[in-house]
Order: sequence, then structure tokens, then C-alpha cells
Amino acid sequence: MNRETFILIPGRTTDQGCGVSEGKFRDKYQKEVRALRVAPGDMARLGLAEGDLVRLTGEEGQSVEVGITAAKKDELPEGLLFIAYGEISSRLMTGDTHGSGIPTSKGMEVTMELVQKASVAT
Amino acid sequence: MTSATTQAHAPTPSEPGQLKVIQDATCTFCGCVCDDIDLTVKDDHIIEAKRACVLGKAWFLNHSIEDRPSCLVEGQPAMLDEGYDRAAQILTQGKYPIIYGLSDSPCEAQRVAVSIADWIKGTIDTTTSVCHGPSGMAFQGVGEVTCSLGEVANRCDLIMFWGSNPAESHPRHFTRYSLMPKGMFLPNGRKDRTCVIVDVRKTKSAKAADIFIQIKPKKDFEALWTLRALAKGVDLDPDQVQRETGVEYSVWVDLMERMKGCKYGVIFFGMGLTMTRGKHANSEAILALTRDMNAFTRFAAKPNRGHGNVTGADNVVSWRTGYPFGVNHSRGYPRFNPGEYTTSDTLANREADCAMTIACDPLANFSQPAREHLAAIPFIALDTKETPTTRAATVAFTVATYGINTGGTVYRMDDVPIPLRPAFPSPHPSDYDVLTAIEQRVKRILGVQG
Ligand code: SF4
Repeated sequence: MNRETFILIPGRTTDQGCGVSEGKFRDKYQKEVRALRVAPGDMARLGLAEGDLVRLTGEEGQSVEVGITAAKKDELPEGLLFIAYGEISSRLMTGDTHGSGIPTSKGMEVTMELVQKASVAT
Repeated sequence: MTSATTQAHAPTPSEPGQLKVIQDATCTFCGCVCDDIDLTVKDDHIIEAKRACVLGKAWFLNHSIEDRPSCLVEGQPAMLDEGYDRAAQILTQGKYPIIYGLSDSPCEAQRVAVSIADWIKGTIDTTTSVCHGPSGMAFQGVGEVTCSLGEVANRCDLIMFWGSNPAESHPRHFTRYSLMPKGMFLPNGRKDRTCVIVDVRKTKSAKAADIFIQIKPKKDFEALWTLRALAKGVDLDPDQVQRETGVEYSVWVDLMERMKGCKYGVIFFGMGLTMTRGKHANSEAILALTRDMNAFTRFAAKPNRGHGNVTGADNVVSWRTGYPFGVNHSRGYPRFNPGEYTTSDTLANREADCAMTIACDPLANFSQPAREHLAAIPFIALDTKETPTTRAATVAFTVATYGINTGGTVYRMDDVPIPLRPAFPSPHPSDYDVLTAIEQRVKRILGVQG
């Protein structure tokens, strides 16, 4: 796939919230904050499959690699990505708060490109 | 404030093997601060948390006494006194000390943290600055038409959520406070209410809505301004409205009719609004719309607050300094300037030269430049558990968990103070104890009497 621009929405999820109490170094939390949800329509259009590894790059060139998972049928409109708050989403924030004290942490513009197909990795 | 305050709420140890029940305990996992939880305790473990939601159960049932030293200095176990001394040295030697966190500490501890910031001419900031800080700025610009959650339960017949997903962030919000309760003026509970949810994605909460409105990402301000215009009877171009908001004009007209026609409306707004493009302008728009609606009916707006005592942090810092977060004391009096004195900025701009973090995890949650700088300066971290931040701290204190091991007061998201009823004691000191000990040493170093 070619590099494409998306809007990333990090947010709370039940598993991420429970994972905070169970321990941030435990599997449940780590798995939840490292799964990028992609709209099924985008996955089909781009030829992506569950578990593929993609690279997200933010507006100042900060980038992360993350595995993808299909979002529920109508959860996300095409062009929107979702990830639970955590390590990955924080790494995509810039240091600039635009005078507000808070970096833009939702609605971030990112580019997405394929790094490795899950079928190759396994 | 003396330690008598925390002593008064000190839990009694349970007999080995015996069950102990604590009625009406308070869950501090989220801003709902449910104070109707019945805890069953056996051998310093909570084995049942009646009425708690999935997040509350995870909070209570996973709690165990951390098998870690109460104090680590540069990663090595140390006596508490050594840690207090080192912490006081770090804070008094810095030119630009910052204190940050506090949203998972009781008000009594928050109060001591503000005092320390005052003594050392430091900057105090809370996690509000990275959640509803923009709303705090908007309150100052527009004002706040507010209400308690009790009023919502008893009176509100139109419940709106904007950029908020309580089904996953505040699971008992619907059942205990907003949608389901049978209230004084809503005898049929859910049947007497209309629920509207506005969001950019179809969240789990959307299922609970009578009307779900999916707007274009980053277009909250435009959508709110459309509603303001409709409230005032301003002519709008329907095509432009649809283009800008991603939603048909008629949907907004219908919503405005419902808003004007309800007896008592409320908008709960979340970080979908404050963390996205527009930030405080988005919060100002929702507060201004709420104010406008009071020309037609009763309407209030409430931020859905995340952490258990983030609302207390706003209150305590406000009553001590006059401002809710991002307060700098370097000139000997408080100054407020989000974007300058807020922690994301003081770290990312490499201004802070030492720090104390309390019940927060900036090394996991902050931007890369901010993390890099925090990791490069001496800092003290207080937390109940091991986190990336405590692992990197110069001095790390393992503290007792508020609400489970220690007492005190927290503020629910509607600014109602709620007492904590702890379940069993911890061998670790409370954050109140640690901060009080550090404050005493800071005062000694600075030559302050009393
Ligand atoms: S809604 Fe929040 S405060 Fe209430 S039980 Fe659940 S996590 Fe705890």
C-alpha cells in the first residue's frame, strides 16, 4: 500500500481502563494499547489484514509501528483510526500545546504505511 | 491540617481469615466517585466489590499491598527519612521546580503539595492540564452553568453527551446518575428522558442514545456554532452546514427544537472536545451554547471528569492560589498561564530543572520531548504502583492507595465532596504523610519557622 493520510483518535477503552488497575506491564494492558483499529472498508481497500504491522507518522515526523485490528462494522468511518490511550498514542503527540497546556491528543493527522504483512511475520 | 485528619479515617486491620465488610465505600477509579460500594475484605484482599462496575471491580479486586520498598533512591531501597531529605534537597536546589499530578490523591494531600510549591516558588500543575484544562480556561472566559448529578438524576429530561464515551470511561454514569434513575420529576426513569450522543465515531455509548449524531472529525466547534446560530434564529445555508459538520441541516434543526422544548437539559462533554482541534474554543462554544439555552429553558453543562479526584485538584489549587492548574509562584505570588506554566510545556520547552510527580505517569503519557526532558532532570515520584515514571525517578515513594488504604476527601465530577472509607491499612505511607514530611524538610532548609 502507498502512504495514506488518516485521522487518529486515541481514547479510553474498557480493557485499557481495567489494565491500568491490573498493571501496566501486564499483557492485557500492553495488548490493548498496541492495537490500532482500522475501518473494515479501509482494510479491504488497502489490502490489509488483521495483525499486519503498519507505521504511523505524525506531523513532526515522529513515528511508531503498530499491529492493526479490524474495527467493529460501523464503529469508524473510513479515514478514521482508533487506538486506546497509552504508549503508542503518546509517542505520536508533539510537544507543542498551542498555548493551551495540552498537546493535540485526539484528531491527530497521521500517515499510515505497511511495514510487514502478518502472513510474512508468522 | 494535621495528620489527625488522615488518622480519623484510618482503617482497622482485619483479623486473619476473617471476613470484614465495609459498607458504602467510595470507588475513586473515575470521576463518578460512586460511594455505594460494599467491599468484602479477607486477609488484606478485597474479594467482593458489590455494585462496582467493571472498572471499579478491576480497581478494587486487583488491589494488593505492593511488595516493594516504600522508598527507592536512585533505584536502591532506602529509609524513608533518606528519601524525604533527598526530595527536599532536589526541590529546594532547583531554579524552576515543578510539581505535577495530584488527580489520584485526596484533597488533604493536594493541599500540602500546593504549600510545597508555594515555599519553593515552584510551579504546580495537575493532570487537568492534559484533560479538561481547556475547559478550565473556558470557564474563566464564558462562565459555567452547572448542576449536581443529583439534579440530573431527578430533573433532566434531555441528556446529551458530546465527545464522551461513558459506557467505557464512566460505566455507572448512565445507571446511577444520568439516563436510568427514576427521579423526583422523572418517575419512569429512562422512558422519561431523551438521550442524544454526538461523536466522531460510533462508540459503545452510542447504543444507549435515542439520537446519535456522527459529526466530521475536528468539526466540533462548527457543529456547536451551528446550534448557537439556530438558537438565536440566525439564517444558515443548509448546504454549508452539512459540508462543514458532515450532518444534515435538518438534524441540527430537530436537535435545537428538542433542546428548546425540554424541561431541563444537560450536556456532558468529554475529551473528544478538549483534546482535539479548537481545544478551549470548543469548550467555550459548548458553555456559551448552554448559557444561550437558558433563555428558553433550564440547561447545564458538565465536563465528564476522568480521574477520581481530578475535580478535587481543581478545587484545592483554586482555593489555595486562585487558579485551577498551571500556577507559577516564581515571583512569590501565583500566576496562571496555560501553555507556559503547564507541565507539557515546562518539560517540552526544557525549562523545568527538577520535578515532583504525584500519582501520575508522565513517562508513559507525555509527548516524546517532554518525556526526554523529565528523564534528564532529577525528580521525585509518588505512586501506589510501579510505573515507567517511578522506575526512572531519582527518589520513588510507594504510597498507600487512597480510598482503599487511606481516608480523606475527594470531589465528585460535579464538585460534591465525598468522604473515603478505606478497607484495610497499608505498610506504605500515604501521599499525605510523604508530602507532609517533605514539606517539613523544605521549610527547615529554607529557614521557615513553624
Ligand atoms: S463508575 Fe467509576 S466510580 Fe463508579 S464504580 Fe465504576 S469506576 Fe468506580
